[in-house]
Amino acid sequence: MDEYAIRVEGLKKTYPSGTIAVKGISFCVKKGEIFGFLGPNGAGKTTTVRMLVGLAEITSGKVEICKYDVSKNRKHVQRLIGVVPDISNLYSELTCYQNLLFSAKMYGVKGSIARKNAEEILSFFGLERYRDMKFKALSKGLKRRLTIAAALVHNPRVLFLDEPTSGLDIISRRLLWDELIELNKRGITIFLTTHNIYEAFNISHRVAVINKGKIVVVGTPQELGRKFSVKEVIEIGFYPYNPEPRDLLRSIKGALDVRRSNGYLELIIDNEVDALEGVVSYAKHKGLGISLLRLKEADAEEVFLKIIGERIDR
Amino acid sequence: MIDELEKAMYIALKDLQEYYMKPGSISWGILFPFVFALAFMFRHGGLTTWLVPGMISLALFFGATSMSGMSIVFERRIGSFERLLLFPASYIGIALGKSLSSFFLGLVSAVPIFLLAYFILHVIPAHAILLVLAIILASFASSSFGVLLSFIIKEPEQVMVILNLVRFPMMFLSDVIIPVSLMPHYLLSIVLIQPLTYMTEAIRYASIGSCDIVSPLAAYVVSFLIGLAFLLLAAYAIKRSRT
Ligand SMILES: Nc1ncnc2c1ncn2[C@@H]1O[C@H](COP(=O)(O)OP(=O)(O)OP(=O)(O)O)[C@@H](O)[C@H]1O
Ligand SMILES: [Mg+2]
Repeated sequence: MDEYAIRVEGLKKTYPSGTIAVKGISFCVKKGEIFGFLGPNGAGKTTTVRMLVGLAEITSGKVEICKYDVSKNRKHVQRLIGVVPDISNLYSELTCYQNLLFSAKMYGVKGSIARKNAEEILSFFGLERYRDMKFKALSKGLKRRLTIAAALVHNPRVLFLDEPTSGLDIISRRLLWDELIELNKRGITIFLTTHNIYEAFNISHRVAVINKGKIVVVGTPQELGRKFSVKEVIEIGFYPYNPEPRDLLRSIKGALDVRRSNGYLELIIDNEVDALEGVVSYAKHKGLGISLLRLKEADAEEVFLKIIGERIDR
Repeated sequence: MIDELEKAMYIALKDLQEYYMKPGSISWGILFPFVFALAFMFRHGGLTTWLVPGMISLALFFGATSMSGMSIVFERRIGSFERLLLFPASYIGIALGKSLSSFFLGLVSAVPIFLLAYFILHVIPAHAILLVLAIILASFASSSFGVLLSFIIKEPEQVMVILNLVRFPMMFLSDVIIPVSLMPHYLLSIVLIQPLTYMTEAIRYASIGSCDIVSPLAAYVVSFLIGLAFLLLAAYAIKRSRT
């Protein structure tokens, strides 16, 4: 049995307008992997996914999904994969259930199995109570979830998701991460694009970073994290007064830097458990109260551009 | 093959569920042909036996093209159309699905005209079975024409304007409401390259037992070939729509 779910070799895309969106990329995704495809806006993520799933013409290069060449066996490949586009584009006048059933039938799933799959996937995503609601009446977050559900009605082996969490709040996003991890545990290989470095690092087994149509680096989150040291930020307010930043920095294990920001302090950390523990015992020790304590993800685009920048500097 | 037909049917049913109640389908697809026929009926001269086939073909044509205009342009605009390209279906199957939903709306549009003709005017078709065939061919040709035409329209707001820019000249230049014998001679060649002419002539032959300008066989064969050709072109347009 082949160990690869996706093999890409020298993949290029030139749009009719002349834009070269993807400049000859190669990578493999192993069966059972969650593979993150991380890049800033305009990097070529969507273009790449569209070529992988047979939605866009391949200019040159080769794509194999579960050993089938996409250009030569489009229909066969499409039976094996589920695709979540970057927009939630289900049919607005159809209910959630009708949308799922339509997808199932179009994938060739027959009658009672199609109905069973549709119900099961609704309950997997906790959408049972929206079953008979029209797609257009759902909130943005629910639309996104249903669009993902619709890609799973035929039990695909590989799931492609283009920015699955865009437009989701932090709670829905974390919920979706858990669901993707659960799907992966059930044996589905997952390929997801994102511009959010935390998303990529949090749930992927391996991450490829793409910029300007080229793959910059591929590796596990640990490998890349070590290479580029990605940090998080804790925002804290103490009362009655904020201590000296330098004092705080010295006292807290896992803190890399402290700076003032709008009457609060921002603590740059590399381990949130150590740092939070440190903050609490610091406050106790100094007899201070805590008026605000927030774990912030540093701006993803910014961090990402820093990665690219660091690499160019070297 | 059966598989493809089945998928085409799912697409058609889905479309009907989504678009049959849209204002564009109802006003231009169903109301317009009916009101037009009524207007003829009440005007001096009335809805003559000669006019009935033209009115049927007009209703099929407007109904079918309005539906495909709605279902394709709108879906392409909001990005839903692409979903169809994710399924393991052939481009012809997808084109056929889109065409079928329009086909059904075409049939629905023709019902009021039928009721007018056969219950109020008591027109009895000359060849009932041929009439069924002619109507199927005409609705199919109209719907695949509509699917193809819809691929060149980008904005949903422009759908009816552009469709009508194409449909109205076709209607006046095709022996549908103005007999060719009343037209200047030089227009005859235009009439003869019109799909609508052959569809109408096929329906006319089945309704009143004779054609005006082409042979009955030509009317049926050409209607079928037109439908097939537009369907294949539409499938090609769908394939090309992948960038
Ligand atoms: N249909 C198109 N025609 C011409 N150029 C295009 C087309 N689609 C994308 N591009 C260009 O190709 C490049 C890559 O775009 P792509 O959408 O693949 O990036 P992305 O990584 O998905 O970005 P985002 O994060 O914004 O979704 C961009 O420069 C974009 O302008
Ligand atoms: Mg994108």
